[in-house]
Amino acid sequence: MKVTIKDVEYIAKLARLEYSDEEKKTFTKQFNTILEYIDKLNELNTDDIEPLSHVIELSNVVREDEVKQSLPVEEVLKNAPSKTDTFFKVPKVIGGT
Amino acid sequence: MTTVAEGIQYEPVIGLEVHAQMLTESKAFCACSTQFGRKANHNVCPVCLGMPGVLPVLNKKLVEFIVLMGLATNCSITSRSIFARKNYFYPDLPKGYQISQYEEPICRNGFVEIDLPDGNRKKIGITRIHMEEDAGKSIHDQDEDTLIDINRCGVPLIEIVSEPDIRSAREAYLYLSKIKQIVTYLGICDGNMEEGSLRCDANVSVRKTGDEQFGTKTEVKNLNSFRYVEKALEYEIHRQIDLLESADHVVQETLLWDADNGIVVPMRSKEEAHDYRYFPDPDLVPVVVDEPWIAGIRERLPELPTERRDRFIEEYELPRYDADVLTVTRDLADYYEAALQPVKDGKEKSYKAVSNWVMGDVLRVANERAIEMDQFPISPEYIGELVTLIEDGTISGKIAKDVFEIMLEEQKSPAVIIQEKGMKQVSDTSEIEPVVQEILGKYPDQVAEYRGGKTKVLGFFVGQVMRATKGKANPQIVNDLIKKSLDAE
Ligand SMILES: [Zn+2]
Repeated sequence: MKVTIKDVEYIAKLARLEYSDEEKKTFTKQFNTILEYIDKLNELNTDDIEPLSHVIELSNVVREDEVKQSLPVEEVLKNAPSKTDTFFKVPKVIGGT
Repeated sequence: MTTVAEGIQYEPVIGLEVHAQMLTESKAFCACSTQFGRKANHNVCPVCLGMPGVLPVLNKKLVEFIVLMGLATNCSITSRSIFARKNYFYPDLPKGYQISQYEEPICRNGFVEIDLPDGNRKKIGITRIHMEEDAGKSIHDQDEDTLIDINRCGVPLIEIVSEPDIRSAREAYLYLSKIKQIVTYLGICDGNMEEGSLRCDANVSVRKTGDEQFGTKTEVKNLNSFRYVEKALEYEIHRQIDLLESADHVVQETLLWDADNGIVVPMRSKEEAHDYRYFPDPDLVPVVVDEPWIAGIRERLPELPTERRDRFIEEYELPRYDADVLTVTRDLADYYEAALQPVKDGKEKSYKAVSNWVMGDVLRVANERAIEMDQFPISPEYIGELVTLIEDGTISGKIAKDVFEIMLEEQKSPAVIIQEKGMKQVSDTSEIEPVVQEILGKYPDQVAEYRGGKTKVLGFFVGQVMRATKGKANPQIVNDLIKKSLDAE
């Protein structure tokens, strides 16, 4: 599989990021290098190997259903470029969720 | 259901996706409170905010709740399930992804049964039930910008995905009601659609009856009240049939139900909105639910609505209608059974009498006051006592209605109220007889009518005596005494 500049533009769009043509070219090249490496890994025979979703052999890390103090709201909003009352303020977004 | 249009018969095919908000104290992956209605951004921590370096930790109760739901809906429980990231970009989702389950949901291949209007029972398959977290809230109409409140971010949800087994808008309604009934019986969700604790999206297509292949489907969102579910689906089914009839075709798209205008409108298309790029969430380790854990959860499984309904019919010999009404919610069924305590040694007659009171006056008042059964002002035992007091002749059914009204205000037992207000029924003939004679003396014309063969005036005399005794005379004895007097002379 070969990554084209179109794929890079698509992924950038999904992440709502904008790049210059120069950057897109660089990313195209880098993505392809990464995928070539994955192709190399794909040469391994993994027929008898369970797919691995986690590298640590752990399960059931859980907590009891107990409420603890949340952050003070001043802290919550501290990094917000724009706010009103205790809301975050963002440019108007229309459409359903 | 089959819908006939111009001679061709069409059959809707519907699958529902139901989201239920879990009644945990804390969120799914952090210890923030799930409390509803708090000031914006007050139930928020670095995990909710998606800050770099934070680690979500799963709420054990969420696992127990979803396994409970899985067991109640005949699902197989996946022994090892994992979480996935569902990626999408939206300001009310600060992480840029929602934690959900994709390839290995915790519950699979279940079913629920619905009771069709024709009396048959139908199985609706459940494909999967998985755990996920809610997103925050965007408010578009209070400012020139969009306001974001992420209090709800991370609130635990389960998503129940049905098989496309539903064949009419009515069936969809019945299925959704059944899901609501089950989650509320289990006590894992409050089932309130209007407040968003239960949400429903539908996949709808139609095909010619007899066709094997499904038609093109649309997804209808925003079905946020029980009232609308049936209406919106009815609308969409007919919209699709009309398209097919006019040799047009159905476009696969997402539609929003517009309740104000009673139509569906296409959702503003968000390009590539469905490229969620699911992948296993490296922050959350697998959930392993072993047999002992499942067995422990199974022990907490309460009697479910259908079983309870069937038992009411069997054990209390109630008509099917009564049993259906009384088991609609667990609280109401509990209320009824608590009300039976004072008449436990009674017969079917008392069970039915208690049922009449609960379905009648109790539910009427609960509806009028818009209160839940656990807030009902009369304790259920008092309803049972009231029935015993009618049955042993202490009071008449008519006086019982007055006692009921007083109980609503005074929270005293019916026996105490009857004592205090002197409402006891008078069955002593020596007390009633003088009143009877007085009334007969007062209405000589009616007495003559009776003796002339117009025996219907008996009811008139009974009414007069009851009124004269302020309803306290035993109506059966009044009836007997009047009849005896009139027939004798
Ligand atoms: Zn939090």
